[in-house]
Amino acid sequence: MSSNSFSYNEQSGGGEAAELGQEATSTISPSGAFGLFSSDLKKNEDLKQMLESNKDSAKLDAMKRIVGMIAKGKNASELFPAVVKNVASKNIEIKKLVYVYLVRYAEEQQDLALLSISTFQRALKDPNQLIRASALRVLSSIRVPIIVPIMMLAIKEASADLSPYVRKNAAHAIQKLYSLDPEQKEMLIEVIEKLLKDKSTLVAGSVVMAFEEVCPDRIDLIHKNYRKLCNLLVDVEEWGQVVIIHMLTRYARTQFVSPWKEDDELEDKEKNFYESDDDQKEKTDKRKKPYTMDPDHRLLIRNTKPLLQSRNAAVVMAVAQLYWHISPKSEAGIISKSLVRLLRSNREVQYIVLQNIATMSIQRKGMFEPYLKSFYVRSTDPTMIKTLKLEILTNLANEANISTLLREFQTYVKSQDKQFAAATIQTIGRCATNILEVTDTCLNGLVCLLSNRDEIVVAESVVVIKKLLQMQPAQHGEIIKHMAKLLDSITVPVARASILWLIGENCERVPKIAPDVLRKMAKSFTSEDDLVKLQILNLGAKLYLTNSKQTKLLTQYILNLGKYDQNYDIRDRTRFIRQLIVPNEKSGALSKYAKKIFLAQKPAPLLESPFKDRDHFQLGTLSHTLNIKATGYLELSNWPEVAPDPSVRNVEVIELAKEWTPAGKAKQENSAKKFYSESEEEEDSSDSSSDSESESGSESGEQGQSGEEGDSSEDSSEDSSSEQDSESGRDSGRENRRTAKRNSKEKEKKTKQGRTPVAKDVSLLDLDDFNPVSTPVALPAPALSPSLMADLEGLNLSTSSSVISVSTPIFVPTKTHVLLHRMSGKGLAAHYFFPRQPCVFGDKMVSIQITLNNTTDRKIENIHIGEKKLPIGMKMHVFNPIDSLEPEGSITVSMGIDFCDSTQTASFQLCTKDDCFSVNIQPPVGELLLPVAMSEKDFKKEQGMLTGMNETSAIIIAAPQNFTPSVIFQKVVNVANVGAVPSGQDNIHRFAAKTVHSGSLMLVTVELKEGSTAQLIINTEKTVIGSVLLRELKPVLSQG
Amino acid sequence: MLSLKRRLSSQLRSSCIFNLSNMVDRVGVFKAVNQAVSWPLQLRVLAAFSASSASVCREPGAESLIGTGVGKMIHSLFLINCSGDIFLEKHWKSVVSQSVCDYFFEAQEKAADVENVPPVISTPHHYLISIYRDKLFFVSVIQTEVPPLFVIEFLHRVADTFQDYFGECSEAAIKDNVVIVYELLEEMLDNGFPLATESNILKELIKPPTILRSVVNSITGSSNVGDTLPTGQLSNIPWRRAGVKYTNNEAYFDVVEEIDAIIDKSGSTVFAEIQGVIDACIKLSGMPDLSLSFMNPRLLDDVSFHPCIRFKRWESERVLSFIPPDGNFRLISYRVSSQNLVAIPVYVKHSISFKENSSCGRFDITIGPKQNMGKTIEGITVTVHMPKVVLNMNLTSTQGSYTFDPVTKVLTWDVGKITPQKLPSLKGLVNLQSGAPKPEENPSLNIQFKIQQLAISGLKVNRLDMYGEKYKPFKGVKYVTKAGKFQVRT
Repeated sequence: MSSNSFSYNEQSGGGEAAELGQEATSTISPSGAFGLFSSDLKKNEDLKQMLESNKDSAKLDAMKRIVGMIAKGKNASELFPAVVKNVASKNIEIKKLVYVYLVRYAEEQQDLALLSISTFQRALKDPNQLIRASALRVLSSIRVPIIVPIMMLAIKEASADLSPYVRKNAAHAIQKLYSLDPEQKEMLIEVIEKLLKDKSTLVAGSVVMAFEEVCPDRIDLIHKNYRKLCNLLVDVEEWGQVVIIHMLTRYARTQFVSPWKEDDELEDKEKNFYESDDDQKEKTDKRKKPYTMDPDHRLLIRNTKPLLQSRNAAVVMAVAQLYWHISPKSEAGIISKSLVRLLRSNREVQYIVLQNIATMSIQRKGMFEPYLKSFYVRSTDPTMIKTLKLEILTNLANEANISTLLREFQTYVKSQDKQFAAATIQTIGRCATNILEVTDTCLNGLVCLLSNRDEIVVAESVVVIKKLLQMQPAQHGEIIKHMAKLLDSITVPVARASILWLIGENCERVPKIAPDVLRKMAKSFTSEDDLVKLQILNLGAKLYLTNSKQTKLLTQYILNLGKYDQNYDIRDRTRFIRQLIVPNEKSGALSKYAKKIFLAQKPAPLLESPFKDRDHFQLGTLSHTLNIKATGYLELSNWPEVAPDPSVRNVEVIELAKEWTPAGKAKQENSAKKFYSESEEEEDSSDSSSDSESESGSESGEQGQSGEEGDSSEDSSEDSSSEQDSESGRDSGRENRRTAKRNSKEKEKKTKQGRTPVAKDVSLLDLDDFNPVSTPVALPAPALSPSLMADLEGLNLSTSSSVISVSTPIFVPTKTHVLLHRMSGKGLAAHYFFPRQPCVFGDKMVSIQITLNNTTDRKIENIHIGEKKLPIGMKMHVFNPIDSLEPEGSITVSMGIDFCDSTQTASFQLCTKDDCFSVNIQPPVGELLLPVAMSEKDFKKEQGMLTGMNETSAIIIAAPQNFTPSVIFQKVVNVANVGAVPSGQDNIHRFAAKTVHSGSLMLVTVELKEGSTAQLIINTEKTVIGSVLLRELKPVLSQG
Repeated sequence: MLSLKRRLSSQLRSSCIFNLSNMVDRVGVFKAVNQAVSWPLQLRVLAAFSASSASVCREPGAESLIGTGVGKMIHSLFLINCSGDIFLEKHWKSVVSQSVCDYFFEAQEKAADVENVPPVISTPHHYLISIYRDKLFFVSVIQTEVPPLFVIEFLHRVADTFQDYFGECSEAAIKDNVVIVYELLEEMLDNGFPLATESNILKELIKPPTILRSVVNSITGSSNVGDTLPTGQLSNIPWRRAGVKYTNNEAYFDVVEEIDAIIDKSGSTVFAEIQGVIDACIKLSGMPDLSLSFMNPRLLDDVSFHPCIRFKRWESERVLSFIPPDGNFRLISYRVSSQNLVAIPVYVKHSISFKENSSCGRFDITIGPKQNMGKTIEGITVTVHMPKVVLNMNLTSTQGSYTFDPVTKVLTWDVGKITPQKLPSLKGLVNLQSGAPKPEENPSLNIQFKIQQLAISGLKVNRLDMYGEKYKPFKGVKYVTKAGKFQVRT
């Protein structure tokens, strides 16, 4: 109702355009006013006038009418010039509708599309990521061959964009450009290769889609990204998941050896897969070639499992087919539960899922047997669903459940839906042939159905009985007699033909009836269906051969009738039979064998499932559903005999390369557990890193992972910053844009430089194994001896420009901050302070010590950290729960928080057994730093690189006594955790640090000037932190 | 300067012919375009235009040149009503002629019943994948191999969106809102690949119509096209829009369980299981992080989740932890493990018989409460699809009212509540077509009922905690048990 009145309002909303509005309504109304061509033309004339008017409301009305015409598929192309003029309209809605119009008719007016290109090119450089992205979307949609190079360039640029959203659009654009100009394939593959490396979940689905379209055969591009894709999968949007899973299924079939070979023998040992490797070995030793699954293969299987729980049926089906095609047979069973769940969905989903289950249930009955009853048919199901369910029930039938099933079938046979009843009869026939125990029961049941009132049911029964009898004809003379009687009543041609055939085939067993049947048939021959006529001829021939005395004349009569039949098949058959059976001089050697020809032992028909031949199609595909190869179907290859080199999937992070292989397994197990959500991820990674401190191998793998995470969280923080920009109003738009641009530039730099130390951190623990040249020092200072540090420093000078070596803090302030006051903590008090030590929990974390005091007179039990609420990207390593804290007792615990180089508050809950208290830690900016030792020369060099926007400064005025070196030193280190740089000049004091999270340098200079002034300069690429630090230092230094 | 531009743009208006050689004009147009829009506006323009130019410069027959692997999952969409009129079409690439639907009509004719139209049809050049929803067919045109469920699931998502926007997914609603429908379809699919399907994001892009808004729009001249940007799509939680604010913060959960059952003639249960869903209506400001725990989570055998739920938490602790979308959504759907015996809340005594060689039969059914856990069973409706030979029924009911539609042969008995003192019954005579053979099978009874404040599986929500926001939300849980596909064979 509301929508009705809404649209009405819209249409007549223009006040003075009311008259026109009314017309609009009539145009859209189903009755349509486009009866005559002339009136049509006139109406369009009106529309033109409206579009030319100065009033937006009139234009809007006109556009709405036009969109209505497009929606109905009516031709409105002649309005093109009038509509297009409104491209520049200020009203967004008009503009949108103009574009809807263009969607439909732009093909005819290509020039216009060309006009727009410069606009889009400009927008591609816009600081706002959303504008860049949509500009690309537009540009790539303009299908004009002339602009292919421009598109190519834009795609290339966008694929390197900082914003994952723009990169996602670049992936979409690839497909569009490819379909416009397939010759660009090679260049596009390069872009795809680049985008496949992308770590953002936003991009993954789209780029794999592009990969599938442009170069599905370039499986080599996947190797390096395989593990990443597996790990990201859970977080990709659902449509992307489907595409990725299908692609990975194909990948797995080319890269891993079959897990099935042993499976067949190993059925009883399936549990082994979960036992330790040793165990497995012991048991498989006897075998020639023990099969161990490639850890990457396992990774895929494991990481797709949670997706079986998706709300999206397409995702569930995709995972199901993946399990079906690549997992060990013993593990595929878990998919059945999820597939059965989908049967609750709407009929279309049911249809597809049932089809797939039908195919599966032929090969592996066991999988769906526990869900037998879920396939029971309801009278309200559509017929197509009913028949599919029936199909599955047939496939699942075995000795154990057949009696239940037959009882169920009895209900179905009586169904009012006769088509379904007929299908049930066929099903009973198939069960009877498949399960010998029930053949007789089924046959009897079917014979009962012969007296059914419904003809279709009877006919179907006859056909099925015919097939059954063919298998064991000897003992069923009675049934044949019964059926012969039916000939009088049954009119369905197939059934009549079947009975005749049956009598002909068994004519020696029913010698009395057969000739009589032939007599009746001869009478009605002319009025029979062609199918029946052919069988009458057959029957005649057979009787002629066995009982020529009684039937010779009859047969000849029939042959004569057949000779003049209208149907040439029947005439042909008649001629053939006559030549064969009626002896004459011309008949050759063949007629001697006529009896053998006609009454040969015929093999019983195989009653097979119609789904038998579908299994060569990949499940879940269109081709499988249609049972024909659809355009663009990609064949699923067979497993290779020998697995291709698995090391191709090792990721090429230079230093990491060595470690991936040995650590492969441990790493994957860890990573498989994560990736469900941000917050858990961080728990996990920190947990496992603390667990595995002894194993340096897995440790470094782990950290490699966290390095990646760090990157992606940087991405997201960028997003949010530009989002904020975008939300501020139009007035400040320009300014914002400028800052956004600056920000993004800085970030670009930051990520470029920030990444290097991150990667390098990783290798530190295995220092011995590594060539120190590529290993600048960035982590736990205490772990390094000063001499080694000096060595490294020296080496680094020649190779890399940035020398960041962490030194020990010069000064540790004892100031504590209140975390939880005893009053609000019901007696539990907590204080924290920053020990300024590199955090043991993770190299990006700030270490924090928390002192807990029990001020009550009873024990406080189970003190732990509860729910954490951290800004995006922030991570936290919690302390181990404290079982109990005695009255008046106190305990100090340490924890680490990765503040992501921001002064945002980390909120979490401090919980005891009974209560939860929300607490916050907001780090002073100075604690986000780690002191760095560097020479004056290096300092100057670094400072020289961090000028311009990266430099902030302030003039400080204070009493001269405050400007003594020791006072300045004390004041600075009190505020910030920086290291002093030895200075050659008395009037300049230098301090150096790096940020904990990203490792960006933070250079502080205090230069004493004439009189009582000094200049404070801070150089850093983290301008935000820099300016905050400047703000904090300034008052401290100027104080007395 | 300004006047020059104005002149240029007016020049443009007056000229209907766009000539490539006319450079001045072209510059004028685009200056005008750029002047006209501040940046959010410009963005919307670009987004809209992108689709528009998708089909630009497409020569006829170009399709065949490209061959396989055209990056297009869904090519076109046709909406068809029950009487076979194509009342809406939308193309994401070049136009596919309506005549492609003839193949669909052919299949529809063959199927006789709308329910039996095959969802996937192959035609010489295209594949048609269709869904049937609310008396409408959504027919999509596909050119290459694609997982059919992908398309089916997407089409249902489209229908859900219409339902969500217009309150109903009907021909009238779609025709009335054809403009919004077009805008929605534009946003939901880019180049044939789903783009924005989350209702939270769509509602930021295109505001749903309300009476109030249409009144406001007509006065202020503003439109239903959102001028803010979709923030959700860029964040880690694409299902939630940013900057949500409510004065009353509320979180409601509806635990709805449906009993699917087949009861045989003798009253014994052939098959029964419980399918449940938890629907949530969350109106909370900011970015609340919720966790919902159950008293007896082990009951849930097979669960499917809204993407917002952290799977890991569920695996390890059996707690639903999530940052919810704003508004109404389905949190989980579950199946209660089949080991548990399902309580059947009602029983039906029935005796339906048709006399041989006479044109009448007897019909007598009585409904009574069985295992109803002490709650009232209400909203009982019995639907019976009578055999074709039934002409009419003369019945009397002790409670409620019945209708018999002689065309569709559907008997509907609206019973209402059961009071154990007096069991409702419906009995009387059935008139059959004279001369026709008596029906083979007795019709089965489809029963609907509802029990408030009861989850028949015994599932109970333990508590709901909220983190990340400081305010105290109002929380509520409601339980309902309903009959799902509840069928009694007679």
